[in-house]
Amino acid sequence: MSEIAVPVGGKALNGPGKVLFGLTLLGIVLMIWRFAVGLGPSTGLSDGYPWGIWIAFDVVTGTALACGGYAMALLVYVMNRGKYHPLVRPAILTSALGYSIAALAIVVDVGRPWFIWRIPLSVDKWNHASALLEVALCVMAYVVVLWIEMSPAFIEKWKTQDTSLGNAARNVSGALDKALLWIIALGILLPTMHQSSLGTVIMLAGPRLHPLWHTAWLPLLFLLSCIAMGYAVVVMESTLASRGFGRAKEDKMLASLGGVIAYVLLAYVVLRIVDIVIHGKLGLVFQFDLYSWMFLLEMVLFLAPAFYLLAGRGKTRIGGMFRAALAIILAGSLYRFDAYLVAFNPGKGWSYFPSIPEMFITIGLVAAEILLYIVLVRRFPILGGAPKPLTATRRK
Amino acid sequence: MADRRSFLKSIAAAGTAMAGAAAAGVTGEAKAGERREAPPDAVGMLYDTTLCIGCKTCVVACHKANDLEPDTRTDDLHDAPLSLNDQTKNIIKLYKEGDRVSYMKQQCMHCVDPACVGACMIGALQKREYGIVTWDSNRCIGCRYCQVACPYNIPKFQWASAAPKIVKCELCNHRLAEGKIPACCEVCPRQAVIYGKRDELLAEAKRRIAENPGRYVDKVYGEEDGGGTQVLYISHVPFDKLGLPELGAESVPALNREIQHGIYKGFVAPAALYAALGAVMLRNRRSGKGADHE
Repeated sequence: MSEIAVPVGGKALNGPGKVLFGLTLLGIVLMIWRFAVGLGPSTGLSDGYPWGIWIAFDVVTGTALACGGYAMALLVYVMNRGKYHPLVRPAILTSALGYSIAALAIVVDVGRPWFIWRIPLSVDKWNHASALLEVALCVMAYVVVLWIEMSPAFIEKWKTQDTSLGNAARNVSGALDKALLWIIALGILLPTMHQSSLGTVIMLAGPRLHPLWHTAWLPLLFLLSCIAMGYAVVVMESTLASRGFGRAKEDKMLASLGGVIAYVLLAYVVLRIVDIVIHGKLGLVFQFDLYSWMFLLEMVLFLAPAFYLLAGRGKTRIGGMFRAALAIILAGSLYRFDAYLVAFNPGKGWSYFPSIPEMFITIGLVAAEILLYIVLVRRFPILGGAPKPLTATRRK
Repeated sequence: MADRRSFLKSIAAAGTAMAGAAAAGVTGEAKAGERREAPPDAVGMLYDTTLCIGCKTCVVACHKANDLEPDTRTDDLHDAPLSLNDQTKNIIKLYKEGDRVSYMKQQCMHCVDPACVGACMIGALQKREYGIVTWDSNRCIGCRYCQVACPYNIPKFQWASAAPKIVKCELCNHRLAEGKIPACCEVCPRQAVIYGKRDELLAEAKRRIAENPGRYVDKVYGEEDGGGTQVLYISHVPFDKLGLPELGAESVPALNREIQHGIYKGFVAPAALYAALGAVMLRNRRSGKGADHE
């Protein structure tokens, strides 16, 4: 692997950066206000819809979109496909940011955050039957794991500095090299556990979850779709980064990823349909009510990119790859939104639509994530495929 | 060749792990019949729609007994909440369709195998003495998973508060400790809701149905429903009209428990997967892809 990751360089806050910074600030102010007034005045949530976009989007969809690091680690380290290695570090960064932001969203969403310390520490009171407990513990652990996985990028830069930070970086570097394999293994184990458990979590809604979504296979379906979403995000991120920062393109690598994604997508669709057929729920698919339309839309969004990628195989053009990735991201996100919001029916008289501040807190979180991504790839060696003057922008 | 073999092996390892998870899901579904029984000392209530006159004395008494402000938000005058809410643990509703009329009392069902307890991460909601489902303010994080899980939509959240609590009927366990009975049962002028041991209440319900042919729907709601509840209902109108869902005899959390325990029993599967991942990655690294390591 001749490609080396180098910092992109340049100003951290250009025009779009300032907009993102403004949105982040607005989000922070609204968060403080939310803690002052409580969840009622600040959100559209109710006793019928106790979970809204903070859970369905920021946490459930957000962490799945942050599965790029997981998907790439599976491919590169477990399946031993070393050629994809340049994609790993940026993928891990999007994961680290995505999970950190999701963790913050949970703090904002829960009503009594001052007891969050109990989740990791009140070991004797753990309810082992609670899938949400497992998700919470895994997400907490995984945020730490992701930043350790990310740390070589920071250490590589600091190592060259003649400061105490540089000394510390040089000291840690050796030990980290040895431990990293086991940390990466943990970085594969933890998402396998909690991404599937996100399916188990909403399964407990039981009779209040529409039968087209409620199945004992929810854990497996959530796992498969998050892997597909992870690859799709890597494709998107890599394409956008190569355009936005004028880096060399990773077209060939991305195109050959397509074959892998297609089979994951097909596996998901087959499982979904088999479940519906063997449990006699096929009639519900053709009711043509809201639920059946949403289901059919999901199926189209999953199948279209699968066939597209299969038909083109490795030869697909990058624009097509990008559109396929977009479809996969929409498919997986819609599946999660449906399972957590649309297909959840608390009974007559309840409705939910996010409030304006609720939406702007989510927008602020996403803005912060993008902003941090830009700042970090500008400052640290994360992106591969560098333009010619490799060291021109490096700062010592 | 060695590379190809290790690649296939690693796929097999990952595949086995996935299949394991899937199988746990499927067998979980098959075995989900695992049934919990009410504790021998289980207490509860029996509500009889044919006796209730809708006076709502129980609603007022419940507010008083539980130190909840009277809910006058409906018309700024009467203590007349429209549904269970952040200051109402017990409510009387009316079902009316043509000539058919029935009152309906709603509060926590104190399930034999409660979904809220299955949901709760660190046991803020627990099934305790006499099978009463209680809430502990010292453990609740306010995640509201109990609200998502409860098939009866019972637990309520104090949305207007910056330090919110979960509000739900705890069968007046503070009064039981003083030797009294739940406030709603104490004040009911018609004995439409009575307090007692669950098996005695169940026998009483069946006796009433047997002795008054044609008066009741031939079923005690809560005997089996959703795995059984400790608050029981007998009615002259179909239970679904009263807002009581058709749940079948299996409890809501049974399937989840089976799957969680199937995958995570003794933490064997995750530990095995971790070891397998580490082994595969070690071999991959040693098989000469030196440039691969970060």
